[in-house]
Amino acid sequence: MSRRTSQDAIPDTREERASYLNAGQGLGSWLLTHDHKRIALLYLISITFFFAVAGCAAALIRADLLTPEADLLSNEGYNRAFSLHGIIMVWFFLIPSIPNVFGNFLIPLMIGARDVAFPRLNLASWYIFMAGGLLTLAIVVMGGVDTGWTFYTPYSSTYSNAYVIGALAAVFISGFSSILTGLNFIVTVHKCRAPGMTWGRLPLFVWSHYATSVIFVLATPVLSITLLLVALERIFGVGIFDPALGGDPLLFQHLFWFYSHPAVYIMVLPAMGVVTELITAAAHKRVFGYWFIAGSSIAIAVIGFLVWGHHMFVAGQSPYASAVFSFLSIVVAVPSAIKVYNWTATLHKGEILLDGPFLFALAFIGLFVVGGLTGLMLAMLAIDVHVHDTYFVVAHFHYIMVGGTVSAFFGALHYWWPKITGRLHSDLWSRVSAILIFGGFNMTFFPQFLLGYEGMPRRYHVYDPSFQVLNVMSSVGASILGLGYLLPLTYLLWSLRYGKPAGPNPWGATGLEWSVASPPPKHNFETIPLVATGPYRYPLEADAPDEGEGEKEAERV
Amino acid sequence: MSERALHDPFTRLDRQREADRLGMLLFLGSEVMLFGGLFAAAMVLRLQHSHDYIAASKEMHYWLGGINTAVLLTSSALVAGALEATRAGRARLSGWLLGFAIALGLAFLAIKGTEYAIEWREGVVPRFSDAKLHGGPHELFMVLYFCATGLHALHVTGGLTLLGMMIWPKGAARAEREATTLGNVALYWHLVDLIWIFLYPTLYLAR
Ligand SMILES: [Cu+2]
Repeated sequence: MSRRTSQDAIPDTREERASYLNAGQGLGSWLLTHDHKRIALLYLISITFFFAVAGCAAALIRADLLTPEADLLSNEGYNRAFSLHGIIMVWFFLIPSIPNVFGNFLIPLMIGARDVAFPRLNLASWYIFMAGGLLTLAIVVMGGVDTGWTFYTPYSSTYSNAYVIGALAAVFISGFSSILTGLNFIVTVHKCRAPGMTWGRLPLFVWSHYATSVIFVLATPVLSITLLLVALERIFGVGIFDPALGGDPLLFQHLFWFYSHPAVYIMVLPAMGVVTELITAAAHKRVFGYWFIAGSSIAIAVIGFLVWGHHMFVAGQSPYASAVFSFLSIVVAVPSAIKVYNWTATLHKGEILLDGPFLFALAFIGLFVVGGLTGLMLAMLAIDVHVHDTYFVVAHFHYIMVGGTVSAFFGALHYWWPKITGRLHSDLWSRVSAILIFGGFNMTFFPQFLLGYEGMPRRYHVYDPSFQVLNVMSSVGASILGLGYLLPLTYLLWSLRYGKPAGPNPWGATGLEWSVASPPPKHNFETIPLVATGPYRYPLEADAPDEGEGEKEAERV
Repeated sequence: MSERALHDPFTRLDRQREADRLGMLLFLGSEVMLFGGLFAAAMVLRLQHSHDYIAASKEMHYWLGGINTAVLLTSSALVAGALEATRAGRARLSGWLLGFAIALGLAFLAIKGTEYAIEWREGVVPRFSDAKLHGGPHELFMVLYFCATGLHALHVTGGLTLLGMMIWPKGAARAEREATTLGNVALYWHLVDLIWIFLYPTLYLAR
């Protein structure tokens, strides 16, 4: 970051300067705060904790899979390990990760607002999230669940003898947190933009969060009602999804995936927003095809609602329905590809700085492309029949969710860390950890493509000895990956105490969040900014009016 | 909730009101999706067990449901009237209309409760008094009926609580602000009404 840091004079009086971090003292000022920035930090701490818990479950799984026999975990124990890994990772880390931490912190700053539209609701949403999370932890302590994160009936409703009701309740509760957050973001973007911040001047990070929020509000309640029905079926033994009583097990899958496929886009759209910001900042260039990237976010959200049936290709769904779902699943790849092309075009002829955040963004693009292309393979009916329920699927969605979303999460953490904490972190170490994560990730999950293609089924811990070499590779990769995730924890925390103070704009980037001090003052802006130009107007010196499209737009009052 | 004046991110009251309204509309959107899952289940049941579904629906007390539809629609109209009265500054009239609307809402719950009691005595409550259930699809239909109407009754209760909160604190100075809040509460009450308008034919009138 050396080249650009020099532009900023760092005020010596930083320690005394009032910011949101020292605006109130004591635990109470944090737990009762209405400040979106503090709530974002509450989320950051809680989801880091859940990430660690779910990561431990993953470590157990990978350790058990080192040998073809069941030597570390019992069959029951293995089921519980992967179920907890999935449930906690999906609902208590991935879904809230980028929106609730960075969306919360940045959306008001990026659009020139003093807070989100409903600050109290924002805090309530964190408490609801924690209630769900703590209930999950209680279940872990009591012995866990064994249904997998998908809660498929009739196993979850009739046969499982684990704490299914508790787990259903935990996910049900956390859903309300998602709905309230999504609602809050949509209203914030509509009603709290600074004067002159037209829709065409919104940073693309905001567009992607807007699309995500629509999914939050419209898909999550379908999951809520589905989980409620499963719980009723389990408690009272009535057969909504039980074919023995006239119910329809496929109905559960339809309802579940109607939420859970869009939920994939809840996880990846915010990551795409992050990557767009990181790429433009690193290339120091105007983004290529602003409206294509913004529009593709909306297109992904809309089409993402219409593809859920690709999870039931072999579950007895009508072949005509399968053909339509297959087609739509291929269609949804188009807006995703548009983004990848636009990022690449943005990098073309840029003066690229190979800093930590940029390496994370590159890791995202590479891994997302692999995950996306294998997703296309899975969308083909014939291939899906062959690799359904194998490690191929496991590898595919880990490339999207871990390779994609978690890389972007770490990219965002490194990029906005100076803004959040007011401290610079070590760029060398952030590059090291980006490379470790990228390498470790591929070593963990690429072998799983091969395993799946050769026919190793998922959710089994006793496997054919011929699969052992690839499984050992995967487990070794997982330890490297784990190291890559632990490393930032050390040097980022170290920077809190020993890092150099950050100026307002350490990356020399555009965007309103970089126009305020680091860390920002309690109410973000002393005076609400008047926005006269579009985003990403690089190079920074060219702030004088030029051939840009920004000025022609009508001023919004 | 009605005493909140201008709060933090907003610098103008009208913008804040628009935000409140949009927030309520989005919330209603999520409510529609919540019930959407139940309507999807009803549709699947209707398609897969068409004959049994109709037979089960014919055993419902459609006149009780019909009366309840009228009761809830009238209540909704009264709330709309109360909103107009508040906007016109006629606080007393608004209070009366709200009072009647709440009374009708309570009547809805009472009629619903009576209907549940009758069904209990008839022996068509799955797993509790299921002597008269004939077979899986009938049981499924009744499960769906109790889930959907039960969840709806919870929403009615929630709506009544909100309406009750609107009737109590009165301050002439805040009349304008009150109209906004009442407008949002009225929207919620209309949605509760609307969901019932779809539930009624789905469950009672399938032929
Ligand atoms: Cu899917």
